[in-house]
Amino acid sequence: MLELQNISYSVIENNVTKEILKDISVRIEDDFTAITGPNGGGKSTLAKIIAGIIKPTEGKIIFDGEDITDMAITDRARAGISFAFQQPVRFKGITVKDLITLAAGEKNIKTSGACEYLSAVGLCARDYINREVNASLSGGELKRIEIAMIMARGTKLSVFDEPEAGIDLWSFNNLIKVFEKMHENTNGSIIIISHQERILNIADRIIVIADGQIKESGSREELLPQLLSANGSCKYYMGQED
Amino acid sequence: MDAIQKNLLEQIAGLHEVPAGAYNFRVNGEGVGRNTTANIDIVTKKDKPGIDIFIKAGTKNESVHIPVVLSAAGLKDLVYNDFYVGDDCDVTIVAGCGIHNGGDGDSSHDGIHCFHIGKNARVRYVEKHYGEGDGKGSRIMNPTTEVEIDEGGYMEMDTVQIRGIDSTHRVTTGRLGKDATLIIREKIMTHGTQRATTDFKVDLDGEGSSTNVISRSVAKEHSYQLFKSEINGNNRCAGHSECDAIIMDEATVSAVPQITANHIDASLIHEAAIGKIAGEQIIKLMTLGLTEAEAEAQIVNGFLK
Repeated sequence: MLELQNISYSVIENNVTKEILKDISVRIEDDFTAITGPNGGGKSTLAKIIAGIIKPTEGKIIFDGEDITDMAITDRARAGISFAFQQPVRFKGITVKDLITLAAGEKNIKTSGACEYLSAVGLCARDYINREVNASLSGGELKRIEIAMIMARGTKLSVFDEPEAGIDLWSFNNLIKVFEKMHENTNGSIIIISHQERILNIADRIIVIADGQIKESGSREELLPQLLSANGSCKYYMGQED
Repeated sequence: MDAIQKNLLEQIAGLHEVPAGAYNFRVNGEGVGRNTTANIDIVTKKDKPGIDIFIKAGTKNESVHIPVVLSAAGLKDLVYNDFYVGDDCDVTIVAGCGIHNGGDGDSSHDGIHCFHIGKNARVRYVEKHYGEGDGKGSRIMNPTTEVEIDEGGYMEMDTVQIRGIDSTHRVTTGRLGKDATLIIREKIMTHGTQRATTDFKVDLDGEGSSTNVISRSVAKEHSYQLFKSEINGNNRCAGHSECDAIIMDEATVSAVPQITANHIDASLIHEAAIGKIAGEQIIKLMTLGLTEAEAEAQIVNGFLK
């Protein structure tokens, strides 16, 4: 349902053109796609291009048969694209409930509904629902609220940029369950950018991006053993590397 | 009261009808209604416009409403209200002023409120300022609040000016005795060519006294805001002031904090931040399906909530 056609993105730094993404073409139809690869390879840029935050220098984005390349963030969100930030944003005065209610949009969820999403991401709803999304929340708490917002939206396509980053090991187990459940229940596609073997392990398909290009793309069965056995990568994908 | 006056009353005091407890309504410069209770007396001043409010020692869970409404254009209203809150009270005082100016002359209300708070008394003071009307005349409010808190007393002051006031210069002073506490929360939004100056001065005289002055404001369009706060630590005490402003469009915001420690055990902190709405906040809300304008409104509303 999502098709990237020859997507390139470059920036000019000190009069030198730097290519962040080079001619990325891929069709994402599977339920659950994991995008992985070394830091600085262009994964987050690709996610932002899908959400409309960054406009590609070249190429087209087709979503459900419609060309959305020139569509603004708001219109893409309304068309059914959700994006969980790698570094969630803080808001003074806006509560967790406010954000989840905004995320749910016209579904008009009640407090009990918002609480369900919080519980699903391992936060005790009663303690969090009226908290302000400000500096009093830890990075890990914010990440989970970010995921709860995406669940509340329930759109056709959900993109998560390193949801595991900043989440402690204990909570990580619950996070995996959240994605497994989302995988079972959702009718749409999930794209997760991740370095974690356990997330790659529940993906239907894995795409490896490095140096702005797709290095590998295939089913989990094909790719995962190869990724894990590659020289030096074991530690990396086991999440043991910093 | 007519429909305009009723609407102003609802805006500033959240009142749809006559409140329970003591009250004094002032409309267009004249008292139009008053109620006293066994514990709370309201007496008209003889030497100048205004009232004295006497709250008996030990009064608990009672409230006083003293809203002021100006709906006649070109009216200049000056009023002195003195509150005498007895020892060990626990009361809520709701003041506020609403101006509807549909004419071309300036309307102004200068309210001078003095609080004398007794030992171990607790006061919650809520003050809202609101203006409306499409006349060319300005809506001007210059509230002055003077607070004296005796030993162990506590006052919490919420002051809000969200819209419609063209010019305001608000002065708040506090003098705190032993173990007394004063908490001030101010919320201001200005737009158009409005000007708002706030001036806080708190003297922490008593041992163990403390204050927290928190201002959150949004300045839009061509408006101007000046925030001044002065905290003097004259004993073992704790003082904190915080000014947090969002600036938009062509507005100007200035924060002038001043903290002075005159005692070795005075602990004083000031924080001030002025900045525009972070781009990533707007983008986050846009990814939830809000337009840029809707996102901005949500952020501003939340900030001033």
